[in-house]
Amino acid sequence: MEARYINPFIGSICNTFETMCSATVKIGKPALRPGDSQPCDVSSVIGFSGDAAGSVVLQFSFDAASKLASRFAGIEITPDHEDFADAVGELANMVAGGAKAKFDGLNISISLPNVVVGQSHNVSASKTAPRLVIPCDTEVGSFNVEVAMEIRKTESVATQAVSTAGATA
Amino acid sequence: MKILLVDDSRTIRNIQKNVLKKLGHTDLVEAEDGVVALAKFQEENPDLLLIDWNMPNMDGITLIRKIREIDKEVPMIMCTTEAEKSRVLEAIKAGVNNYIVKPFTVESLGEKITQTMSKIAAAAG
Repeated sequence: MEARYINPFIGSICNTFETMCSATVKIGKPALRPGDSQPCDVSSVIGFSGDAAGSVVLQFSFDAASKLASRFAGIEITPDHEDFADAVGELANMVAGGAKAKFDGLNISISLPNVVVGQSHNVSASKTAPRLVIPCDTEVGSFNVEVAMEIRKTESVATQAVSTAGATA
Repeated sequence: MKILLVDDSRTIRNIQKNVLKKLGHTDLVEAEDGVVALAKFQEENPDLLLIDWNMPNMDGITLIRKIREIDKEVPMIMCTTEAEKSRVLEAIKAGVNNYIVKPFTVESLGEKITQTMSKIAAAAG
């Protein structure tokens, strides 16, 4: 995955968590992650298809996910709450949707979110593209966003789209 | 005024309900996908719909096209993460009256709802 694809995701992460959770996100240095993800308690996965293939995965500890989901929903949401997975999945949906809109000229579809809740689990490596990890820190906890994306459109359109994405992020 | 909220996320429907209640709307009906929404539309005869795009079973754009086949007038607002200009144009072509991109603030959601209803009232004379 090319590093320049990451800007739309950084912009979308900050916008989503600031708007929906009133949380200011400090972005750490993105890095390539070979192999499986680091263990986490909650992961929310959205797939890309169409002119791009890959996925975006939001990874939280139980504590960070609970606090951010509670701010999002406006009520206290713990991991055993019936809306916990729904809230975490919707945050991933917004991050993915906001990022894909920046890839102008590409027709990218996103899947419905899949949320995995379980102490210290791993997410297996993507087969489509290497994953970049974006470390995110907020006043209520830290989380990671892993992005694997491969543009499948013709080179000229993809270059234009990525150029636009980088400029507007 | 009866409002039908269509979104597969209950969290989003709850946020929408809170905003609408603050605006004085308490007659609210919910649906978690397009199939359920189409049935509730025919049963409940709502005055306004808020519709998500990406949902299981039937997506929002299909729902809007189906509703427009049977009702040319009912106001519909798309509320979605689909932010590309091409998607907005597709939704307008399908018959939506307004468009809200997620993530949204409580204020912007309230404003779009009020704006849509004002336009409908003005058009009705």
